[in-house]
Amino acid sequence: MSPLTKKERMQIPRQPMPEQAPLERNKNFLEVNLGLTEELAKMEAQRCLQCPKPVCVEGCPVGVQIRDFIQLVSEGDFLGAAAKIKSDNALPAVCGRVCPQEEQCEAKCVVGVKHDPVAIGRLERFVSDYERETIGIRTPSIKPKTGKKVAIIGSGPAGLSCAGDLIQLGHDVTVFEALHEIGGVLLYGIPEFRLPKSIVKAEVEALKSLGVEFQTNAVIGFTDTIDELFENGYNAVFIAVGAGLPYFMNIPGENYNGVYSANEFLTRVNLMKAYKFPEYDTPVFDCKDKNVAVFGGGNTAMDAVRTAKRLGAKNAYIMYRRSEKEMPARLEEVHHAKQEGIEFVFLTNPLEFLGDENGWLRGVKLQKMELGEPDASGRRRPVPIPNSEYITELDMAVVAIGNGSNPIIQKTTPDLSYNKWGNIVVDEATMKTSKEGVFAGGDIVTGGATVILAMGAGRTAAKAIDNYLNNTNHR
Amino acid sequence: MNKIISAEFLAADIKRFVIEAPKIAAKRKAGQFVIVRIDEKGERIPLTIADSNKDQGTITIIVQGIGKTTKEINSHKTGDFFLDVVGPLGKPSHIENFGTAISIGGGVGTAIAFPTAVALKEAGNHTIVINGARNKDLVILEEELKIVSDELYITTDDGSYGYHGFVTQKLQELIDSGRKIDFVLAIGPIPMMKAVANTTRPYGIKTVVSLNPVMVDGTGMCGGCRATVDNKTVFVCVDGPEFDAHLVDFELLTKRNRTYNQNEKAALESHLCNYDKAFFEAVNSEPLHQ
Repeated sequence: MSPLTKKERMQIPRQPMPEQAPLERNKNFLEVNLGLTEELAKMEAQRCLQCPKPVCVEGCPVGVQIRDFIQLVSEGDFLGAAAKIKSDNALPAVCGRVCPQEEQCEAKCVVGVKHDPVAIGRLERFVSDYERETIGIRTPSIKPKTGKKVAIIGSGPAGLSCAGDLIQLGHDVTVFEALHEIGGVLLYGIPEFRLPKSIVKAEVEALKSLGVEFQTNAVIGFTDTIDELFENGYNAVFIAVGAGLPYFMNIPGENYNGVYSANEFLTRVNLMKAYKFPEYDTPVFDCKDKNVAVFGGGNTAMDAVRTAKRLGAKNAYIMYRRSEKEMPARLEEVHHAKQEGIEFVFLTNPLEFLGDENGWLRGVKLQKMELGEPDASGRRRPVPIPNSEYITELDMAVVAIGNGSNPIIQKTTPDLSYNKWGNIVVDEATMKTSKEGVFAGGDIVTGGATVILAMGAGRTAAKAIDNYLNNTNHR
Repeated sequence: MNKIISAEFLAADIKRFVIEAPKIAAKRKAGQFVIVRIDEKGERIPLTIADSNKDQGTITIIVQGIGKTTKEINSHKTGDFFLDVVGPLGKPSHIENFGTAISIGGGVGTAIAFPTAVALKEAGNHTIVINGARNKDLVILEEELKIVSDELYITTDDGSYGYHGFVTQKLQELIDSGRKIDFVLAIGPIPMMKAVANTTRPYGIKTVVSLNPVMVDGTGMCGGCRATVDNKTVFVCVDGPEFDAHLVDFELLTKRNRTYNQNEKAALESHLCNYDKAFFEAVNSEPLHQ
């Protein structure tokens, strides 16, 4: 069989992702996307034009060799493809699920100029799942031990990717996690139906088998300060603690019972498994047959509202002050949410939460908005429409408007440079902070961003830390 | 995993645990807390550190069995383990030599106030302790408090021991006696802390309370523990747990702490039902195994 021509490749339609039926899945916590079959994956891989200069790679924050792994998929060498990805991406099964590919690699795909782009994310997911389910996650070979020790603070995507690279480079790595389980936002934030926790656990196990040490219940700043980590023999420190201090809207009534931050709502459900209450001890607001609104338009807002729907909410709303076009959430998440019966209320801003005499949320006073001139973010600024206030009944509200920076490191490490929002200031090329031997990356540097950007920062930091440790002058 | 070195009941439903936790023991300061999780399915329960021993690497917590999880904690015995103990969390108490300081503990709050009473004494304060309980059987830590305080007053609501009345009545008497009181710390049930705040407010006596809201992570990440202090929202886990008593919105705290009352009731009932069922099955299945 001769290879397909470019024209033939372009004629293959983008292969659909098999998924649970919307009205079935909005009642369970099982994964929405079921994954491509081998046939679908090979067919999808045929769509790749194998460009001499693969521009898709430019769109990937960690530089996965996209063209080459897809070629291997089209040949049916799925394990070869998995190894190819793994050389640049420590957590492909995670990224294949949660990366915003439509803004990154797939946005650059040449096929996408006239047709739908090659489904790079779905292929990445397919090959990493294939590897894990057939022979188990393979671990790369590691360089001879250097005898240098690195402390990584935080076990989210930035910390895990940095740990994966540093252990391969021969350094000893300990990851400190404040919570009782490893994974950070991958565990407490992203729901099971979008990222099964068994996948995060398998990735963590793979890192453990390489020799990465994990310490849970370790709140650096309190348990040990950063200076004490150096005293305890660590030669470098990477701070990857995430943003981790939820913003509220500062409107009246925000402390009524039934008003949650997205972090709290999702942590209760995901990490503490409140959706299995009372089998698990941690409760969460009983959404059954209730009216629930989530304020915000990002992926976290989508996760929260879809979670509320799965917990039985009668009406589950997204309330967003701009229009659909400005929503930062991934298209796939918005699409899935709509299919599942989530109601979107755009151009609407909450003015005040209303409650009863016992302190329980009963409703929200809303104001209609219209779009004005673009603001600093380039998006059109929402402007209130006079006399447009109205009230909607609510039993639960989730505030999902982002996170500020957690104060624990700042309070206990005053000799680092922070910006006015409390983010750690770093040299972007190396993730180096103002403090000798200390590097930082992920949301604690950038403010709330994505899993893959945090992983990219982790990798950049790993390279810089390796350089630093190989320099004889380090502390 | 943290081993329980000793576990003993101080009063009905109030148990003292000495737990192996060398890092926390080395670091903790008065006023800070830990979060305990007993098993894989367990809730994260914040508990103030009542004492510590750096040399032995242990911390002490005192737990009142009220809900399902706290009752389960109290079913643990010497030699058992807690799955997770994380800390020290929260800001330490602000301690200085104020002059004359009164530390007031109500119920299990007595245990929580204990380390701060010790710290106040060590800082050179003339330290008065008022220890309130519903009745004689619920009076805890009397011997320990005698040692660390300059004056100790035990009050019981029913008069079965010590001073007959509430801690606030004793406090009012001390104020009325004309003594100069520079600092008051009150830890206990919300109504008690609120009453203490109301007692000292007219006299402008600096008064601090330690809040005990619903919490999940204890590191500022979830915002579930928010309270209103001085008309501003605070996260008790990272901004507290101690705050100026005269600025705390106790009404809100009371209401927010009731968020999970219904769930808690259901959990406790199902827990007890399961226990009864297991007991019943155990009794009835015995002959089969013989």
